Amino acid sequence: MTQLLQLLTNPLVYLLVALVAILTFIALNGLILVYVERKVAGFIQRRPGPFEVGPHGLLQPLADALKLVGKQLVMPRGADRILYWAAPLLSFAPVAVCLLPIPFGPHLVGLNVNLGLLLVLAFSGLNVLALCLAGWGSNNKYALLGAARAVAQSVAYEIPLLLSVLAVAFTCRSLNFTEITASQTTRGLLSWNVFSQPLAFLIFFVSALAETNRAPFDLPEAESELTAGFHTEYSGMGFGLFFLAEYSYMIVVCAVASVLFLGGWSGPFLPGHWWMLGKIYTLILIMMWFRWTYPRVRFDQLLNVCWKWLIPLSLINLIGTALMINLVR
Amino acid sequence: MTTIQKTMKGLWSLIVGLKVTGKEFCRPWITVHYPRQEVTNLDSYRGHIDLVPYPDDSNKPLCIVCRRCEETCPSGCIRIDGHLPGAESGEAARELLLISEVPLPGSKAREPIHAADKTLRVLDGFALNYNFCSLCGLCVQVCPVSSLTFSSDVYLAGASRADFEFDLLRRLRDRAKSPAKLRKAA
Amino acid sequence: MLDKPSFSLNGDYYSSRFSALGKSEGDTLVLNLGPQHPSTHGVLRVIVELDGEYVKRAEPVLGYVHRMHEKMGEVKTYVQYLPNMGRVDYLHALAWNWAYVGAVEKLMGLEVPERAEYIRVITCELNRISSHLLWWGAYVLDLGGFTPILYAFDDREMLMDILQIPTGSRLTYCYYRFGGVSADLSETFLIRTRGFIERFKTRIPMYQDLVTGNMILRGRCEDIGALPVEMARRYGATGPVLRGSGVAYDVRRFEPYSVYDKFDFDVPVGKNGDAMDRYDVRMAELTQSVRIIEQALDAIPDGPFINPDLPDRFLPPKGEVYYAVEGARGKIGVYLLSDGSARPYRLKLRAPGYSNLHVFAELAQGTILADAVSILGSLDLVIPEIDR
Repeated sequence: MTQLLQLLTNPLVYLLVALVAILTFIALNGLILVYVERKVAGFIQRRPGPFEVGPHGLLQPLADALKLVGKQLVMPRGADRILYWAAPLLSFAPVAVCLLPIPFGPHLVGLNVNLGLLLVLAFSGLNVLALCLAGWGSNNKYALLGAARAVAQSVAYEIPLLLSVLAVAFTCRSLNFTEITASQTTRGLLSWNVFSQPLAFLIFFVSALAETNRAPFDLPEAESELTAGFHTEYSGMGFGLFFLAEYSYMIVVCAVASVLFLGGWSGPFLPGHWWMLGKIYTLILIMMWFRWTYPRVRFDQLLNVCWKWLIPLSLINLIGTALMINLVR
Repeated sequence: MTTIQKTMKGLWSLIVGLKVTGKEFCRPWITVHYPRQEVTNLDSYRGHIDLVPYPDDSNKPLCIVCRRCEETCPSGCIRIDGHLPGAESGEAARELLLISEVPLPGSKAREPIHAADKTLRVLDGFALNYNFCSLCGLCVQVCPVSSLTFSSDVYLAGASRADFEFDLLRRLRDRAKSPAKLRKAA
Repeated sequence: MLDKPSFSLNGDYYSSRFSALGKSEGDTLVLNLGPQHPSTHGVLRVIVELDGEYVKRAEPVLGYVHRMHEKMGEVKTYVQYLPNMGRVDYLHALAWNWAYVGAVEKLMGLEVPERAEYIRVITCELNRISSHLLWWGAYVLDLGGFTPILYAFDDREMLMDILQIPTGSRLTYCYYRFGGVSADLSETFLIRTRGFIERFKTRIPMYQDLVTGNMILRGRCEDIGALPVEMARRYGATGPVLRGSGVAYDVRRFEPYSVYDKFDFDVPVGKNGDAMDRYDVRMAELTQSVRIIEQALDAIPDGPFINPDLPDRFLPPKGEVYYAVEGARGKIGVYLLSDGSARPYRLKLRAPGYSNLHVFAELAQGTILADAVSILGSLDLVIPEIDR
């Protein structure tokens, strides 16, 4: 046993174990979030949601997952074989890396690197490529339109996202998630960045909704316009992977948001990882609440919000933060 | 300035929307959980038609084979066979039994059918093809002797078209034989 | 064998004709919205030519649920045609019931008892509310909001329960008869209607909060698909589509039929004729329908629910009549030509949706695809009614 634990000191083994743990976490979360989302939708709409499989429908996501896995893999005629199958994999693969540098507890971190924030932002950007490939590769007009929307949307919203994150990095003087969290533990609740950077938090959250294609910004898969957008032609596990990736990205952005703005694992009484999970899930619940409340925005409005409001505001915020830091110093 | 005001108002409307759904989230669900619960609006349900028997003889339908319903039915679901008393079953010409050409629902002119007339015809078969029925209720309405009524079997289901081709006369007799069983089914 | 496509890449008759007719310059994409598409509500098919996200041209293709209702009118007797009317526009079935029954009554010179007229008003307005509610939910669904339609169905379900009491059906009503209605209103019906109205008055503000005031929804509706009066007239648009453009034309007010002249109600109109105005008009009509029902419930007289002196043989005189009522989607007209036999010689149904739909092709030009969906939804189309 001790020998096995000794092995963990080897960075490579540690990384491997962390990756496996994260993948398990993602898969489990996918199941849980599907269930939670359907329950939230149900309760908001005054109905029970999934109920029949297992007690209170608890096994419903498992049944759904089994169904998706069991389905035949179908590719439309005229689709690009390589791109078509690469897209769902490419969409899902970077998620594991995104979760690596995030500290779930004081010592519970997969990869404690100085540029953790950069790593997450870089790898989450890969998702766009996957959507683009899916839309292009599946030889479907709706998918193509969805892909075009996805690219424009993600590229636009990455800017305010980065700018708001940068403001936090300024105040904490670090790109390392562990250090950012540590800087928020000094004065309890009040030292959370959400109080010193409320605007940045709002901008981050809105941009995160757009980045993860969640309602009201779910334009790439707007079903009343584009049937299902970029994944129109996908079924079975191809669709399953996109679906899993979407929920995983929700976890990623919510985890980043809780680390950057809500003090990460810091909190009284309970061990750190419970606080972290609680914060992530609260943010995810809010995202779901949005989805089941609002209509979808239009494409040009989406970009208008970004270019006319979020980017100027985040720039002002960033400059203000920089000035404040210099003045305080 | 007005732009900012408008935006603020807009953002407030988003919060109002969240409040509405948030409130609904906390309230109990309103859907009926079917196998565990049942809906309560079944008393006004109208199923396919059924024959009404004499109050004193549950084997004998009130039907006088005037065939108004057969004629009125927009979808041609009903087929009636009958004969004049004294004649052999099925012997009677269909034309003989025809009373009206185009009856009007709600018409008062039901009187020409005399009491003696009512006993003149004997019903041999009342076939209802429920597959084509649109449940308009015109047949029930044109019936001069109120021999038709709506059944109330909400959970009627079948696996083939043949399951919905009913012999109403037989249903009536079955019901007369075992009222309890049919009540359970209904 | 699999490599060879077994279909023509040029599409069917409609899409190839659409492509041949005035193909725009540049790199455009011809896209079929429907007949199976989430926002076309049934089986409408719209061919659009897209330049990026912009709609260059749009053309609706009809006929996927053509059921020959007009021809059926010629082969069925007057009475036998009654159940058809519940199926032309299944959302406001009672208005169609009324239009047909009214036309026949006009042809025959049949009297309708006062009570029957009130019953018709109450049930027809209840049906109008349920139709508008479904439109409301479906429209917000088109715009991406999932929850409102389920709230609307909550109310709609109560309405269907209420209407089930006298009619016996929940959707395709066949309730009105020549000279009256098929069953009287029961005490339960009246009590439950009043209960529904009380509850519905509290629901309308909730709908306003959740959807009408919502910034995102307003952004999707305001200044979208502005319909000038001149254009609405050119296409013969009626109902909320026309009223949204500012013309206060309501058959109930301008050619009052039945007892509508006895009620005090407003005809809501819009200003710019955009999707938001059409939306507002329908939402205001909910309140107006409630007002009418309340007045009718208070004033409903006793008496027979169907004319007691109906003739036995139903042979109308020779002649032609036209009878129009205000449906949820606009002016519903029934034109009847009788040759004195038991069957109509010709029966023409004026479906308001048909005229309203054709506004779409012109309105959608130059808009974004998402706006086209918004415009299509704001016209409140029921495809079976359009195809008939």
